[in-house]
Amino acid sequence: MSNENMTIHLKVWKQKNTGSKGHLEDYTVNNVSPDMSFLEMFDVLNEELIHENKEPIAFDHDCREGICGMCSMYINGRPHGPLEGVTTCQLHMRSFKDGDTIVVEPWRAAAFPVIKDLVVDRTAFDRIIASGGYVSINTGNAQDANNLPIGKERADLAFAAAACIGCGACVAACKNASAMLFVSAKVSQLALLPQGEPERQSRALSMVAQMDAEGFGSCTNTGACSAECPKEISLDNIARLNREFLGASLSKPE
Amino acid sequence: MTSSKLDAKVPQGPIGEKWTKYKSTISLVNPANKRNLEIIVVGTGLAGASAAASLAEMGYQVKAFCFQDSPRRAHSIAAQGGINAAKNYQNDGDSVYRLFYDTVKGGDYRSREANVHRLAEVSANIIDQCVAQGVPFARDYGGMLKNRSFGGTQVKRTFYAAGQTGQQLLLGAYSALERQVGLGAVKMYSRHEMLDVVIIDGKARGIIARNLTTGKLERYFGHAVLLCSGGYGNVFYLSTNAMGSNVTAAWKAHKRGAYFGNPCFTQIHPTCIPVSGDHQSKLTLMSESLRNDGRIWVPKKKDETRAANDIPEEERDYYLERRYPAFGNLVPRDIASRAAKERCDAGYGVGLTKQAVYLDFRFNLINKYGRAEASRLNIENPDLDTLVRLGKEVVKEEYGNLFDMYKQITGEDPYEVPMKIYPAVHYTMGGLWVDYNLMTTVPGMYALGEANFSDHGANRLGASALMQGLSDGYFVIPITIGAYLSSEIRTKAIPTDHEAFVAVEKQVKERLETLKNIKGTQSPESFHKRLGHIMWEKCGMARNEKGLTEAIGEIRELRKEFWKDLRVTGDIDEFNPELDKAGRVADFLELGELMCIDALERRESCGGHFREEYQEDGGEAKRDDENFMFVSAWEYNKESDWTLHKEVLEYENIKIAQRNYK
Ligand SMILES: Cc1cc2nc3c(=O)[nH]c(=O)nc-3n(C[C@H](O)[C@H](O)[C@H](O)COP(=O)(O)OP(=O)(O)OC[C@H]3O[C@@H](n4cnc5c(N)ncnc54)[C@H](O)[C@@H]3O)c2cc1C
Ligand code: SF4
Ligand code: FES
Repeated sequence: MSNENMTIHLKVWKQKNTGSKGHLEDYTVNNVSPDMSFLEMFDVLNEELIHENKEPIAFDHDCREGICGMCSMYINGRPHGPLEGVTTCQLHMRSFKDGDTIVVEPWRAAAFPVIKDLVVDRTAFDRIIASGGYVSINTGNAQDANNLPIGKERADLAFAAAACIGCGACVAACKNASAMLFVSAKVSQLALLPQGEPERQSRALSMVAQMDAEGFGSCTNTGACSAECPKEISLDNIARLNREFLGASLSKPE
Repeated sequence: MTSSKLDAKVPQGPIGEKWTKYKSTISLVNPANKRNLEIIVVGTGLAGASAAASLAEMGYQVKAFCFQDSPRRAHSIAAQGGINAAKNYQNDGDSVYRLFYDTVKGGDYRSREANVHRLAEVSANIIDQCVAQGVPFARDYGGMLKNRSFGGTQVKRTFYAAGQTGQQLLLGAYSALERQVGLGAVKMYSRHEMLDVVIIDGKARGIIARNLTTGKLERYFGHAVLLCSGGYGNVFYLSTNAMGSNVTAAWKAHKRGAYFGNPCFTQIHPTCIPVSGDHQSKLTLMSESLRNDGRIWVPKKKDETRAANDIPEEERDYYLERRYPAFGNLVPRDIASRAAKERCDAGYGVGLTKQAVYLDFRFNLINKYGRAEASRLNIENPDLDTLVRLGKEVVKEEYGNLFDMYKQITGEDPYEVPMKIYPAVHYTMGGLWVDYNLMTTVPGMYALGEANFSDHGANRLGASALMQGLSDGYFVIPITIGAYLSSEIRTKAIPTDHEAFVAVEKQVKERLETLKNIKGTQSPESFHKRLGHIMWEKCGMARNEKGLTEAIGEIRELRKEFWKDLRVTGDIDEFNPELDKAGRVADFLELGELMCIDALERRESCGGHFREEYQEDGGEAKRDDENFMFVSAWEYNKESDWTLHKEVLEYENIKIAQRNYK
């Protein structure tokens, strides 16, 4: 752990609201400790800006533990920055050097319009889940949990897919702004589990249809999504979604 | 005597039959009428999402609100270690009664028996419900659900999904919620913050919310309003809560007539990553489940300079195992936190600041997991390296994300060196006072989840908050709300141009304008930090009369300064996180005062509330059952002026004793 403080130069996207045009603005932050998180550096900068009676930079964040999926910065051309398997809030300044210039932009995708500065609208993801990302079971209808044994391997695979935090980095990383990794993670989780079986086909069809309706691009298998995903959601899920979708399309009653 | 204003409405009969009987005799609302009844749910954490989904499934019209960009991001998502349920899958003698007993004892006999018993009764249904939704809990090779141990119990009843249990449970509830959104039964308002409640003829009838994207104020009607808005630990500035967690919804309700229960009951969690500098914005929890396998120690020598791994076994003080041999590292949180503070105050702390103790996994990694794996794989006489390697794999599976998070934050690898941890603010047992139906003292206004005061007394046991949130939302409110709504079927939806809506909206608007127009020099954040400092120093892990009295004065001064010198940048009618923050800090500045008053009034130590004046010779908390066996329920009169009402607690099914974990 080094205690040397650093000076960091930032070029940050500023945009007043959805309708207006944005631009990159230059800032310098002094006394950045390597133990600070990337967002804490923004806190320090914002406090300075407020002190100078300037407008702080708007960004999304909440848990700061890498689990809520709210933080979303496109850092030097990579969603969530240089580290693999790490969200913006868990990125620490020890990953940068004194004097570095860092470019910070919002997620860019037609389906994620900018609300202000680095904040985008990701409600399209909620609508995709609402179109089929669930098991249709009302409260109070469940059988005893251990009446449904699920082999460990299968359970572990489902869990790995369920780890998606819905951040949208996969979309931001993709040149087509495709949401396939996000959708495939949910479809896979439920396709792997017996609870998801009854709605398996309709789920794949309606979630893909909603994804298309939201204006996400198509998947051309570049793999950028999985490489940038902070939860390392595997490309196997996309392959599984493709199988599910194909299977469902073929057996769809006309 | 219980204040006449507090009727807990606990059903008659033996404890084991209260809920069952009540359920089958409570008034119902028929399906045709449900369609005409509207319910507002503020919050989409475990409590809110489960309530909104279940009520919509039953046929009510639901409007749900959250301030994040999606309901899936509620603070519940961050819960790590697990959820309790009296399933007795481990055949280790667990039962509804034992879970009930552990929870009441863990809460240091300051919770309501009937509510806790109901919680224990429905706990098993929660696990069934979640599994049916596809929540991927940890399983063993035979495909059965696994359990781990948590503090304050001697059975294994905690269900989990690695260190991401809250995430998986919330995603389950969120999917149920989104299903209802898709069906049109729930209307979801994300990036909306409730800023006040509207009360008409003494009943809660709606809310005023600010659309955080546009900055516009909006009015919403409901036949009932459910506050599921979470806890208020962020009054301390630094806590394990998410940055946005706040008290505003509950506080506005309080100021409109809902009594606030046990505001001073705060949980300080023993195992968090210590503060690293002034820039610190939040503290990160290292789940209690780690105490299953991690052993807590400090060096026996003061001002030890050797690295942890260089200190030989006989020079380590496993102080929890030494002081509490029966429960060892798994004593309840309040006890573990105080013990850590005691060692650090006495000069045995570790790390740069000396405000930390070690949480060490090496012993169990090798001896528990390494050996078990070796024998499972039929490796005879495994050497140390093999044991370490095998043990690591299991530890990774059990807690992988927590270990990664620790490494990411501190730059140290906990597989190799012990974690350094220190207590931090984590949870608030206090909250809006509610009766057995979860209704506050305002008719038609309910509080669920961490936002209410019920169930955990003066100290919450680990893995019980998730259980409570889901119990309230899935299994309690869908039933108990009938008691009220069955008498509301003739109430037509009230148009939001009603004068009460207009008046409250005007007040909200004026307050926002006042905040914006102070045009002072200091940021909301800087006031929040200063408030947090006062609260932590004087109303934190140890409290005394002098400190609390000072704190009350300091908070009043700080509040004055806030209203004179606050600076809010940006405008009201736009996306403006500074304005959101300013409003929340203003409410914390009022709540902090009430917490100190409550702590001052409670002249005893119990659970997380430790008054230095009241301790046993060995430093254990000294309860005063004769004078303080009650819930404090505070009624708001005007600024700095409250009336205390008492709900006397009666224990008919549990023998009251001094808590003993030795
Ligand atoms: C790091 C961490 C780990 C934890 N681990 C565990 C664990 O392992 N086991 C366990 O049992 N407990 C655990 N807990 C405690 C538990 O997570 C919480 O007590 C519980 O999740 C609270 O759920 P809730 O539904 O009451 O509120 P929350 O999940 O906090 O949700 C609050 C909701 O209210 C909304 N809201 C708040 N105010 C407003 C407003 N004014 N207007 C509109 N919306 C509003 C928010 O947007 C959010 O949707 C943990 C807590 C922390 C901090
Ligand atoms: S798949 Fe990965 S990148 Fe995409 S939303 Fe989920 S966690 Fe984020
Ligand atoms: S702020 Fe929650 S994941 Fe980054």
